[in-house]
Amino acid sequence: MSQSKSASLMDSRILIPAVGSAFVKLDPRTLAKNPVMFVVAVVSALTTILFLRDLVTGGEGLGFSLQLNIWLWFTVLFANFAEAVAEGRGKAQAESLRKTRTETQAKLLTGTDLKSFKMVTGTSLKVGDIVLVEAGDIIPSDGEVIEGVASVNEAAITGESAPVIRESGGDRSAVTGGTQVLSDWIRVRISAAAGSTFIDRMISLVEGAERQKTPNEIALNILLAGMTLIFVLAVATIPSFATYAGGSIPVIVLVALFVTLIPTTIGALLSAIGIAGMDRLVRFNVLAMSGRAVEAAGDIDTLLLDKTGTITLGNRQATELRPVAGVSEQDLADAAQLASLADETPEGRSIVVLAKEKYGIRARDMAQLHASFVPFTAQSRMSGVDLDGSSIRKGAVEAVLTYVGGINSSTRPETVREIQTIADEIAKSGGTPLAVVRDGRLMGVVHLKDIVKGGIRERFAELRRMGIRTVMITGDNPMTAAAIAAEAGVDDFLAQATPENKLSLIREEQAKGKLVAMCGDGTNDAPALAQADVGVAMNTGTVAAREAGNMVDLDSDPTKLIEIVEIGKQLLMTRGALTTFSIANDIAKYFAIIPAMFLAFYPQLSALNIMGLASPQSAILSAIIFNALVIVALIPLSLKGVTYRAVGAGALLSRNLLIYGLGGVIVPFIGIKAIDLAITALGLV
Amino acid sequence: MTLNGWIQILIFCGIVILLVKPLGAYMTRVFGGERTLLSPFLVPIERGLYRLSGTSEKEEQHWTSYVFAMLLFNLAGFAILYAMQRFQGSLPFNPAGMTAVGPELSFNTAASFVTNTNWQNYGGESTMSYLVQMAGLAVQNFASAATGMAIAIALIRGFARASGKSIGNFWVDMTRATLYILLPICIVLTIVFVYLGVPQTLGAYVTATTIEGAQQTIALGPVASQLAIKMLGTNGGGFFNVNSAHPFENPDAISNLIQMVAIFAIGAGFTNVFGRMVGNQRQGWAIFATMGVLFVVGVSVTYWAEAAGNPLVHAMGIDGGNMEGKEVRFGIVLSSLFAVITTAASCGAVNAMHGSFTALGGLIPLINMELGEVIVGGVGAGFYGILMFVILTVFVAGLMVGRTPEYLGKKIEAKEVKMAVLAILCLPLAMLVFTAIAVILPTGVASIGNPGPHGFSEILYAYTSAAANNGSAFGGLTGNTPWYNITIGIAMLMGRFLVIIPALAIAGSLVMKKTVPASAGTFPTHGPLFVGLLCGVILIVGGLTFFPALALGPIVEHLAMVAGQTF
Repeated sequence: MSQSKSASLMDSRILIPAVGSAFVKLDPRTLAKNPVMFVVAVVSALTTILFLRDLVTGGEGLGFSLQLNIWLWFTVLFANFAEAVAEGRGKAQAESLRKTRTETQAKLLTGTDLKSFKMVTGTSLKVGDIVLVEAGDIIPSDGEVIEGVASVNEAAITGESAPVIRESGGDRSAVTGGTQVLSDWIRVRISAAAGSTFIDRMISLVEGAERQKTPNEIALNILLAGMTLIFVLAVATIPSFATYAGGSIPVIVLVALFVTLIPTTIGALLSAIGIAGMDRLVRFNVLAMSGRAVEAAGDIDTLLLDKTGTITLGNRQATELRPVAGVSEQDLADAAQLASLADETPEGRSIVVLAKEKYGIRARDMAQLHASFVPFTAQSRMSGVDLDGSSIRKGAVEAVLTYVGGINSSTRPETVREIQTIADEIAKSGGTPLAVVRDGRLMGVVHLKDIVKGGIRERFAELRRMGIRTVMITGDNPMTAAAIAAEAGVDDFLAQATPENKLSLIREEQAKGKLVAMCGDGTNDAPALAQADVGVAMNTGTVAAREAGNMVDLDSDPTKLIEIVEIGKQLLMTRGALTTFSIANDIAKYFAIIPAMFLAFYPQLSALNIMGLASPQSAILSAIIFNALVIVALIPLSLKGVTYRAVGAGALLSRNLLIYGLGGVIVPFIGIKAIDLAITALGLV
Repeated sequence: MTLNGWIQILIFCGIVILLVKPLGAYMTRVFGGERTLLSPFLVPIERGLYRLSGTSEKEEQHWTSYVFAMLLFNLAGFAILYAMQRFQGSLPFNPAGMTAVGPELSFNTAASFVTNTNWQNYGGESTMSYLVQMAGLAVQNFASAATGMAIAIALIRGFARASGKSIGNFWVDMTRATLYILLPICIVLTIVFVYLGVPQTLGAYVTATTIEGAQQTIALGPVASQLAIKMLGTNGGGFFNVNSAHPFENPDAISNLIQMVAIFAIGAGFTNVFGRMVGNQRQGWAIFATMGVLFVVGVSVTYWAEAAGNPLVHAMGIDGGNMEGKEVRFGIVLSSLFAVITTAASCGAVNAMHGSFTALGGLIPLINMELGEVIVGGVGAGFYGILMFVILTVFVAGLMVGRTPEYLGKKIEAKEVKMAVLAILCLPLAMLVFTAIAVILPTGVASIGNPGPHGFSEILYAYTSAAANNGSAFGGLTGNTPWYNITIGIAMLMGRFLVIIPALAIAGSLVMKKTVPASAGTFPTHGPLFVGLLCGVILIVGGLTFFPALALGPIVEHLAMVAGQTF
């Protein structure tokens, strides 16, 4: 996996086998899938037969005809080669995946009490079987952990060697066949039969075996087939026109004109573009279950993102201390730090860090202080420390106020009000207030803040320029949510989100004609994932979530949705750009071939030879050589994709039109002229 | 080229631009069934017609029913027109005593008028009785124009409506187009034309004695009324054989200007109807601008070529532009302008002989038609024609912004592309294949009036004009032969119905789709970028197909002329 990731575009391990495949793909059954190239192959076969006939009967201009024939076949071979290269990159990945699919033994639990097991082969397992997997065992097939906790090495699918925890009950209950349990044991209910496991699907996806044409690809193919038909009419009528004018045109020349006019460039590269698109996703460690999903990703109008982990760092951090009147900040910091010394939660640690960085209070040793930690409980909703007769507590404001009311009835109401005011201010700004009390005296409030990820605001601005609306999903109350939404720069938010209102939000957006993408991991995300047009399930998620989504992110990184959208757009742009280029090329090709073709009976038409090509033969040959070589020249672009820039559709279009439209008009004039000079110099015609 | 000439062209363009909005607003209200100025008089008539025919304006049709109704109506029109010609000798209103028209010519003429082409392989004043002219040809002039408008409206509804099923009611759209738009404007135009000296009579032809003492028959008839619909409905079929070059059919510069404006009026107005119906008039203006750019370029080339004239003639000591085949009343600029308008708009009326234009001057009319009559185009037909190109443009360009293509919020998918390609494909099929057969068939070549590339252009022009439903002739070609009557008839039917049916299929498919709201990610289809792109696609996809044929016709003729060679 990691090897193929670093594989460059032009790796000889891929290129050399691809040459062979290019010939294998000459099989008419394979060619028939691509209408444009099939037509090229058919006419090439026709001219080859005519050439052989002339060879036997001793016709004229055999050398010229032979060269044209060779280049016609090269056109087909180059197209096959492009596809083979694209497939080759997937094949390399499939190979490394296949290695993990070695025959495994499974401990199938039997009996009603599931106490004993017998060894069976992994492939004999059925859906619903329960197996025991212990340290060192390979998990025999996909399934769900129903009991136990284990650390699992999932490098086989993610390429990431750090082990992950898999446990029953939570959102991390899914295990994948072919991964290895490193410690402890789990009982797994098998959820996929042999041959249809996650790894099997991955293999067929990256190999392109299951590749079906996506809706947009079908539409584009229709357009290309239609254009081919139009040029059949344009070229097939020429002999008759020529007869009227008192001349005749050799079939090979007509075929050369026809092949250069039909959109061979995009026709040759279309499937390579599709395969490469999927491949790019795989490189990002995202598996798309269908090409359709990748295309849909480019169309996304609304992106639903979970707040925690996507927009904000997973944990809140203390950012500020707000003492009440009569207490210095230093005193509050001291109390807060003591209360948090033994608190291993990220929030607690962040208070210690704040006290050190802002107030210079060094960490102290609990044992030296004779302090004992009072852990957080659901009842008290506070934690703290008791030391030498002194007690410090920190916790939710209401809980602390209740606690203070119980031990110190002399607390002044002004202080209580002050605490509440500060707490409200903090909540309004999107933070969480944490009150601190020392020996029954209210000290102040710690401001715990959701830290918005660095750079995320820019990402959202970029998405907005792409025309994508972002909606933050959070369980927070609307006030807090609004504050974080404003800070992160999302367009909208859904506060106090439940699976139901998530689903209805998606439906609402879709009713407006929008395409929605979201990511999720929990079982309760499954309905929304299934409803979304692009549902990215986290690999760490549950089986249900993975089944419901149409993509799986092996790194379980929710921000990746943004890259997925870009890849989808890139795929469509590459198709559009090469189609435009291909069509725009026709102008130059006409100017090369038409004067050459009719020169024998209408010498006046040499005025159309604006490129000043040396002779009719060299003009025709140059056009066909250019047509074939441009396919090879564009293979890297079709594999890499046209770069997407979030600059708004208008600017993007002008840019691409300039490069691929205007470029498509100009480049062949230069290219054909250059080839003409070269073949004339080499004396090929 | 003169300043005066350019001013005349500018005046024409200015009037058309001024008409776009008011006509667009009026037609939108009419097709929406809203109240208009004429409603008090016309609503009772409209209701009466529905009651009589058993239709209801509330009953909407699925696209297949719409196609079926359209085909049924046109088939009936075709059959009646065919029968009227075959039996005109026994029918009334025949003061000149015309006898039955032959079967091939009747087929050709029926196909011609049903398809809004008005290709005429006959001389009106020497072949058709008043009854056929008025109750047959003139009726089809209205009906075929109204059909085109109905189809355009149905297709626009496909874009404008969301998640619907029906695209309107063919009978209702037809009735409204005729009753509220074509008839009232025609009545006004007829009166104006009569005022300008165009005859309108059912009386017999007049015999006059010339100064030399010879007897001359002067053909008359209900000219003004047919002239009005001939222009407004982009039909183009003249009452007289020489069409709008005849002094009775086009007396002076004012009547000429009115006729030219009438050709473009409804077609240009449709761009605004479109903009209004899809809720953004700028979308309509973008399409209008595309048409405008292509039109102005065409006019400039033709005017330049005609004004430059023929170097071979100059060599004989005759200076100035090319006046061959032109009326002195109109001169070079108005003849050039008229030729470009009539071919851009699928009208086919002529005030000069296109065959006598210089090679490049005649190339533009040919290209206008080959592009599928989308530069304003026939009433309705031009608009649904250009929408086919819009679909292809949006499909390719839409991909380049990284989204699956959409236009006005409607996703352009396999079905739309397939139908648009079919519609665009049928034109080269009819134009090139028939030309290819005719130029090697002895019976085809026998009709040619001039040898060499010009003769080739004559045949190419005939089939191009037929398939594009234009109807103008290059002149020189003898069209009234069984071969040309039948093949040109077929070309006309192909060029009409093989475009209409895919267009309605697209309407039916689009109307069911949701409308995706526009965002920063949707590329704007109302700016100059889109206009330029659409022009490019029309020229490359629509035009490049004909490059080999054009090279062997007008282009080689032009190059030969420059080189001082004749054929």
